[in-house]
This record gives sequence, C-alpha cells and structure tokens, in this order.
Amino acid sequence: MILQVKGVSKFFGGLRALNEVDFDLPEGMILGLIGPNGAGKTTLFNVIGNVFSPDQGSILFQGEDLVGRPTYMASRLGMARTHQVVRPLNDLSVRENVMVGACFGKVGFGLRGAASLVDETIDFVGLSESRENLAASLNVSQKKRLELARALASQPDLLLLDEVLAGLNQAEIATMLDKIREVRERGVTIVMIEHVMQAVMGVSDRIVVLDYGEMIGDGTPAEVSKDPKVIEAYLGDPDLAEEMLGD
Amino acid sequence: MKRTWYPGLWLILAIVIGMAIIPAITGSASLRETIFTLLLAVGLASSLNILLGYTGYVSFGHIVFFGFGGYVGFYLLSVQGWHLALAVAGGGLASGALAFLLGKAILKLRGAYFALATLGINEAMRSLIINLDTFGGPLGMNLNFQIYRDYGGAAQALWTTYWAILGLVVAVVVISYLVKRSKFGLGLMAVREDQDAAEVMGVASANAKTWAFVLSAAFPGMLGVLFFFKNGNIEPVDAFPLVKSIEMIVMVMLGGQGTVLGPVLGALGYERLRGFLLTSEIFKDVHLAVAGVLLLVIVLFIPSGAVGWIRSRFHSLRGVVE
Repeated sequence: MILQVKGVSKFFGGLRALNEVDFDLPEGMILGLIGPNGAGKTTLFNVIGNVFSPDQGSILFQGEDLVGRPTYMASRLGMARTHQVVRPLNDLSVRENVMVGACFGKVGFGLRGAASLVDETIDFVGLSESRENLAASLNVSQKKRLELARALASQPDLLLLDEVLAGLNQAEIATMLDKIREVRERGVTIVMIEHVMQAVMGVSDRIVVLDYGEMIGDGTPAEVSKDPKVIEAYLGDPDLAEEMLGD
Repeated sequence: MKRTWYPGLWLILAIVIGMAIIPAITGSASLRETIFTLLLAVGLASSLNILLGYTGYVSFGHIVFFGFGGYVGFYLLSVQGWHLALAVAGGGLASGALAFLLGKAILKLRGAYFALATLGINEAMRSLIINLDTFGGPLGMNLNFQIYRDYGGAAQALWTTYWAILGLVVAVVVISYLVKRSKFGLGLMAVREDQDAAEVMGVASANAKTWAFVLSAAFPGMLGVLFFFKNGNIEPVDAFPLVKSIEMIVMVMLGGQGTVLGPVLGALGYERLRGFLLTSEIFKDVHLAVAGVLLLVIVLFIPSGAVGWIRSRFHSLRGVVE
C-alpha cells in the first residue's frame, strides 16, 4: 500500500469537513475522488499532502506517518500535487518553476543535475515554446500544464491531481487524459479530484465518493455509479448516472 | 545557467571597482570620502536585496544590523583591543546571530506584519543600547586615537578602511550573484512568489528564510564596524537611524529588487541624488520628502525598478543585465 488513510477527521470550527475517511491505495492505481462541491475533496488532499494535520486519524505514506511533520516533507518523501486554483510562481520563468519541482522533490537535484529532467518534463506537457516565458504570461490551460510539470519534475511516487481538467476544452481534456495515463504507465500512483464525470470514470481504476465529509461510496466506476446511495446523495438524477457510464 | 563566464557579474564588478579606483589614482581624500559613502550604500542595498528582493520580505529596520554589528565590533576594537579584521568579523557574526534569533521569532509573520515587527526591533535595540553601560549608554563610545597607529597612522588607516570596504562590497555583490544563481536562491524566489506552494513543492521555507535573513544581516554588521572605526566614535543616534532603513528600501526598489545589478545602480543613483538635494538651497530640508515621492513613483509606475524595466523591454540584454 502506497497510501493508507486511516479514520481521518478534520474540523473547521463547528464544521465537520471530513468524517472518519478510511481507505487504502495500492501502487500503480488511478483513484478518482468525486463528490459534490463542498464534499471535502480538497480538504482531504490537503490532509494527505500534509498541508493540514487531521484532527483524528492518520495518513501513512509508504508506511510513514506524516502527521505532525512539516509540509515540505511530503514532497521529499515522493508525493506531489497540483492545485485546483493554479499557483504559478508568477515572476519566475516556466523553466524555473519546473526547476523548483525538480530541485526540492524526491531526489533533490542540483540546478545542473535537474536541467535535462526539467527540459524533458516541459516537453512532455507541451510547454516547450513557453520555456523562457514568465509563468504569469501563460493562459489557463498552460498554467494547468505547468502545475502538472512541476509536480512531475519532483519524480513522485504518488501524484495528487486537483481538478486538472477544469476549464479545459474537449481536445485539451483528451490530451491531458493521455498524459495522465502515460504517467501511470511509468509507475506513478495517482489520486485525482475531478468534476468532469465522463473523464474521471473513464480513466480511474477505482472511485471514492465523498459527501459532506463522509465516504459514501468506494469501488470500480461501474459499481459506484450503480450504488443507490451514491445516486441518491450525489447524482440525484438517473440521467446523469447514465452519462457517467456512457462511452 | 550554461554560460560560464558570467558577463552580468563582471559588469557589476567593473562598475564598483572602476569607481573605487579613481580616488587612488588621483589621491584625492575628498573624492575618497564621497566614494566611501557610495560604496557603503551599495553594500547595504545589496545585502538588503537578499531579503527584500529574493525572498520578498520588507524589512523597515534593516539598519539595526548595521548599528548592532557596528557596536559589537567597536566594543571589540576599543575595549577588548582586537584587530580591525577580527572586529569586522565579530560584528558580522553578531549581526548574523541576531538575525538568526529574530528570524526564528518573526519570519513566520507575513507582509505588513513582518515589516512592522522590524520597525519595532530597530527602536527596541536603540533603547537597549542607550541603557547598556557596557556600550557607553546614551553617550556611546570613542576610539582612542592611538589605535590608528597600529594601522600605519590616521591617514593610512583611512585608506585601509577604504580598501576594506571595497573588498566587503565586492564580496556582497559576488555572494548576492551566487545566491541568485543557486538552488538556495531558487528556493528563496519560490517562497517570494508563493510560500504555501513552495512548501508543497518541498522547499523548507522557514529554514531558507532564516538563512537569507542571516546573510542579509551579516554584511551590514561588518560594514558598520568599518564605518564606525573610520568615524572614531559611535552613538545610538548614528547607529540606528530609521531613515537609513527606508532609504535602503528606496535604493533597492529604484534599481530593481531581485536583480543583482539593480541595488548597485539604485544605491549609486539615490546617493548622488541625495548629495545633490542636500547641497541645494531649495531641497536641503526636504530631501526625505523627495525620497518618499520617489518611492511612491517607483511603486506605482515601475515596480520592478530600473533594471527590471530594462530586462522586460530588452530581452537580448538579459544575459548581461542581471
């Protein structure tokens, strides 16, 4: 198991953002994390990524407990993430942005050592033409790809993708899904939060459904979309369920 | 990063060293004094830039390190009888250590809160020194003029100090350049742009910021020792002038924060302007108001400063103007 989420609860004041969330994730899998807005998906990412500590429970990443350790340790141990609202380092070039990922990631390359990895990663996400441009000058789709490049350059074992498809057009979504599959082929385990149902159902091996901080579903895409609890609480609409299974 | 002969650095060193050599050739003592002031400004602005420009933390009380280091060094020189070189090192270490401790306490603060804390520290340190008899209290300390004999007499000591400050300023510029081109510097700039994102990417931000603060404080400490050695006395009023802190920020912003050349040009430009204003009939009493207006204009219209502006306008110059 690369990731074990054990009975994790998180409160914000009186609000219970996560309630006893519990699942294990084996290596090499793509896990889709879905749920309505405010279900606690990004909070769960922040807890897994060691940005917040859980109020109860623990997160074991490759057998190591992350709770109480500094945020940057997650990256050093081989976990990388993208942000739902992109966070480019605006005044640095695309190359420097990706360099940060490579230099402070799992391996912790020096600037020279990182050079070829950084260039390959930029080519991989298709930002070669913007290599020397400032991150601030990129459009939304490019900024999403920059997030992915930064995360990949850290050479993670576990990649957390927070709505990388949001705001992309159909063609861009297809390209991004290809990239995600390719990353998995390299042996990286992926957890992705996604609202584009068809896409996440198509690419995931397994789906976890959150609603009001509770895990209400866990299984293959087909199982989850047939689960009456999921349909009732989350989808509420049999047509949408059909769409999820479509294609 | 592939270039190996660093044109950007040589340009800056040529400016600094070229300027500093003129008084040696002409032998003019008054020109030497002018350039001493310019070099001091360049050194202070370049060291502040490591914190302000690279790391994005505005320190309104950076002069505290100049004063504190100056005091410690002066004490070591006059009371303990240390050699100037050791006293300079001692002043730098003292300021660095002060920054290390302060950094642990206040670098958690962000934006305006950090700036306010640094303001308070400068005032607190001045009050502390005023009440500290070891350091001469409100009257400060004086050097026994006999001490200059050890350095070849008063006239020779002035030249020695001059070359020492040039050496220090060259060191500041080189280190500032190396930091910018290093992994450490990359981490600092990531923190400047987005501390939370940097931390998620694996940058140990608290650590990086502390060392940036220490580095940016150690040099003003050393410069302070040289300045007060040359001065012959040290008083709380001269050691902790809040106005200088603000002028240091103006210099960095004017030239271009986060660039290596910027603080050098900014310091030279601002000091020349200041010299002009102080000798002009109309402006001599309001030169600080001019500095304030200047800062406002920079922040409003060219927030990246002169060098930043050049870099964004002339892409081909990027390798040379850094």
